[in-house]
Amino acid sequence: MLRLEKRPSPSKMWTALTPILAVILTMIAGGVLFWILGKDPVEAIRTIFWDPLFHEDFAAYSRPQLLVKAGPLILIAVGLSLGFRAGIWNIGAEGQYIIGAICGAAVGLAFYPSESFLIFPAMVIAGALGGWAWAMIPGILRTRFNTNEILVSLLLVYVAEQLLASMSLGLLRNPEGRGFPGSRNFRDFPAAHNGEIFANTGMHWGVVAAFIAVIFVYILLSRHILGFQIRVAGQSPKAARFAGVNPNRLILFCLGTSGALAGLAGLFEVSGPAGQISIDFNSGYGFTAIIVAFLGRLNPIGILLAGLLMALTYIGGELAQLMLGLPSAAIQAFQGMLLFFLLAVDVLSNYRIKFSRSEGA
Amino acid sequence: MDLSAINPLILVASLMVAATPILLAAIGELVVEKAGILNLGVEGMMITGAICGFAIAVETGSPFWGFIAAAVGGALLSLVFAFLTQYLLSNQVATGLALTLFGLGLSSLLGQKYMGVKPPSTSKLDIPFLSDIPGIGRVLFQHDPMVYFSIALIAAVWLMLKYSRIGLVLRAVGENHDAAHALGYKVVRIRIGAIAFGGACAGLGGAYLSLIRVPQWTEGMTAGAGWIALAIVVFASWRPWRILMGAYLFGGVTVLQLNLQAAGLAIPVEYLSMSPYLITIIVLVIINRSTQSAPAELGQVFHASH
Amino acid sequence: MNIKSILTGAVVALGVAGAAFAQDKPKIGFVYVGPIGDGGWTYHHNEGRLAVEEHFGDAVETTFIESVPEGADAERVLTQMALSGHDLIFTTSFGYMDPTINVAAKFPNVKFEHATGYKTADNVSIYSARFYEGRAVTGLLAGHMTKANKIGYIASFPIPEVIRGINASFIHAKKANPDVEMSVVWVYTWFDPAKEGDATQALLDQGVDVILAHTDSTAPLTILEAAGGYGFGQAADMEQFAPAPRVSSIIDNWAPYYIERTQAILDGNWTSVSTWNGIASGMVEIGEISDAVPAAAKAEAEALRDAIISGEYHPFTGPLNKQDGSVWLADGEVADDGTLAGMGFYVEGISGNVPN
Repeated sequence: MLRLEKRPSPSKMWTALTPILAVILTMIAGGVLFWILGKDPVEAIRTIFWDPLFHEDFAAYSRPQLLVKAGPLILIAVGLSLGFRAGIWNIGAEGQYIIGAICGAAVGLAFYPSESFLIFPAMVIAGALGGWAWAMIPGILRTRFNTNEILVSLLLVYVAEQLLASMSLGLLRNPEGRGFPGSRNFRDFPAAHNGEIFANTGMHWGVVAAFIAVIFVYILLSRHILGFQIRVAGQSPKAARFAGVNPNRLILFCLGTSGALAGLAGLFEVSGPAGQISIDFNSGYGFTAIIVAFLGRLNPIGILLAGLLMALTYIGGELAQLMLGLPSAAIQAFQGMLLFFLLAVDVLSNYRIKFSRSEGA
Repeated sequence: MDLSAINPLILVASLMVAATPILLAAIGELVVEKAGILNLGVEGMMITGAICGFAIAVETGSPFWGFIAAAVGGALLSLVFAFLTQYLLSNQVATGLALTLFGLGLSSLLGQKYMGVKPPSTSKLDIPFLSDIPGIGRVLFQHDPMVYFSIALIAAVWLMLKYSRIGLVLRAVGENHDAAHALGYKVVRIRIGAIAFGGACAGLGGAYLSLIRVPQWTEGMTAGAGWIALAIVVFASWRPWRILMGAYLFGGVTVLQLNLQAAGLAIPVEYLSMSPYLITIIVLVIINRSTQSAPAELGQVFHASH
Repeated sequence: MNIKSILTGAVVALGVAGAAFAQDKPKIGFVYVGPIGDGGWTYHHNEGRLAVEEHFGDAVETTFIESVPEGADAERVLTQMALSGHDLIFTTSFGYMDPTINVAAKFPNVKFEHATGYKTADNVSIYSARFYEGRAVTGLLAGHMTKANKIGYIASFPIPEVIRGINASFIHAKKANPDVEMSVVWVYTWFDPAKEGDATQALLDQGVDVILAHTDSTAPLTILEAAGGYGFGQAADMEQFAPAPRVSSIIDNWAPYYIERTQAILDGNWTSVSTWNGIASGMVEIGEISDAVPAAAKAEAEALRDAIISGEYHPFTGPLNKQDGSVWLADGEVADDGTLAGMGFYVEGISGNVPN
């Protein structure tokens, strides 16, 4: 029968090959799903994966949009990957994203309509601090009271959502918005607006921040003592203790960093692509980023690629709805399959498949 | 504040119904976590159960078969998770999240035909004599069978974990899978069984929503109940009776804030809507100071290397 | 019953034609905030889209994208629609207002229609429905139907649309029954069947026996059906609950408007307009008043509806005071649309505060 044998270190070849294998498997399984739904499977797959990149009408627009959609996902996921590597589970990035957006937007709106060039930097700081502070709640509860951070960070998402509704209906409501919910639009507030740095490239400061975060985390993990501690803590908490790692400091660092990056993502999103605080401003980036982090194997470069792939399925999925009339539920199920396959084939990079006659495990 | 407008007995009767979906899902997840597995896909399994149960109840005209189908549907979906995490050793957190995403999509696809359809109704169990007791009669003895089933399930899981050999093995697997493996227990098989049980319970919880509490099918109708169930497991520090307490407390706070509004008491609504979550966090802090009893190997990958 | 038949059946039900990509006939796009299976807001916009398909047959092509979050995603989806050769795009949620304006500025040849907003441009129309006219009628019925003199209102978010509905309902419930009191429960969601059901139960537990809902699911009616009491269809007729607990309903009917605007595209005479239509145009419909309602009350409600249609009566006609007792409208004075559009206060007699 088949048996798995753990590799001493993950196979380089399979680490590179498995994502491609997973995408191919998803195309096959997804094709079957689309066929059951009465669509041409080849056309559906082509619309999702090919058209956003190369279609003559759309590609010029949707290629930069990949960056816009992937930016916040990458920024959040890179932060989360630090904690996930160390066995610290922040699954409330959605809440930190919301609070970052609220804090950053509040600072900007407080100075409306000032034209000072200091406003945007102040908003960035406020956004990061907001996300950091929100993540510190599970952090401190964990280090002081040993409360499970998974649950606290998750519950705080719901609290943040209520705060968001309250803010967009109350404190931050646009005074010229005729009583409708939602803040002023940052597009009409140039000093606070996070626009494209170069026209039609999709590059805004959030995308820049995502790239910086990828590089920063890459260096941290490979060169810095803290990166070493994170890796040790993840592999063996006992060994980490012997190596002189202070677990509480590590928890606060990982939660704080991921919170701050999620807060930044929220701020860049609200002041740029989204444009305003509104009741439904958050659209699940914080949860999707968890998936992106794992798809990227908790590796910064991998996360960068995974974020782009995820963005591609979103944009391609919209095109498939538009061109082929596929229901969005089919796209959701398709994304779920993609994740299943990516997770499934990961086994090949960490384990060797052996045939053996004994019944083994 | 004048609280006299709130009748506590009626409140209890309402909260028992409101809490049952999360109660069912949470007791299933408790067994899963006791076996050392963290399945974050509860929401996906619940909504799949909701539509499977609804569809079969409509097709057969029988809520009973609906609930059976919901349990089977939830369990089948959970086996996807079991296969990935137990045989292919994938990360449980990510796989669970993927399961939720997939379940939400799948349920919408399955349910498109059942929009606006009325399911067969489930009769209430009016227990003779007892239900006529003034006051507590309505609270305790006039519910649908699933409310009692959910409480019985709590008792059964408690007995199973505390007194049975299966419970002992299950806990051993969750506390130290290598030792359990060395003792000759089939770690993977036991865990798959636990995962399937969790899926079945989540499916029942979803079907309780679509067949009894709301009676209708709408996309995304679980609206986060699966996540609350996960919170309640930790809140309960992995003890069955505390699941009951946690679910009823959460349901109670939710129902109470709506009742306070309905009674016309001037309360800040948006802050009250946060209260169930905040109170859960506070109780988490208080309970966890006294006991910390997470299964030692929760979420760890098990791989028998020999 | 196998999965394939369910799935294909579902797709046929969607009525979505395959990938035919004809460039000559007009393409009409719809952007939805929820899934078309929500049974409420999005469902009815999609019904309007299907009516366009049925009315024009092969003369037009319609497309839609569902569950599009407001904000950045909406802007991208709208741009892709404009790029793919759509002639007319309906954006069916308030939160699409700024994205619609932004994308419209980039595509002057594409026409846009934004629901429930207030920003227009040369190629952007706005349209909305005077649901408060319908709520006046259902409020009147609620006042007649309550035996406990207590009616309940399940409200979503404290925005002008909802506050208008609460006021219109209360004013007319009071006309039918001077002793009536109204409890408002804010649920902070448009759509969460379980929470809507809980809110219904909470109101019933407080002795309310007639409930008006401003959320989209049928959950309140299912609870009322089991517990007794009366309610109304919201957004849809919900006739499966007639004659009781559903005694009447307010129906969103976007089909006539969508057909009219599509016709304008075909005729080449589309211009930017601001539409705020009520019962008279058919955009708001009052569902059949069931036999559970006494004949006199039914006649009174129908007379109110007819007076609103003919224009001889406006649901916000003075004398009306604000909640604090200050005068809002003098005797015979009619509220102007500007005040109504931004309404943020309760009228006299409603207890509790508008949140915030």
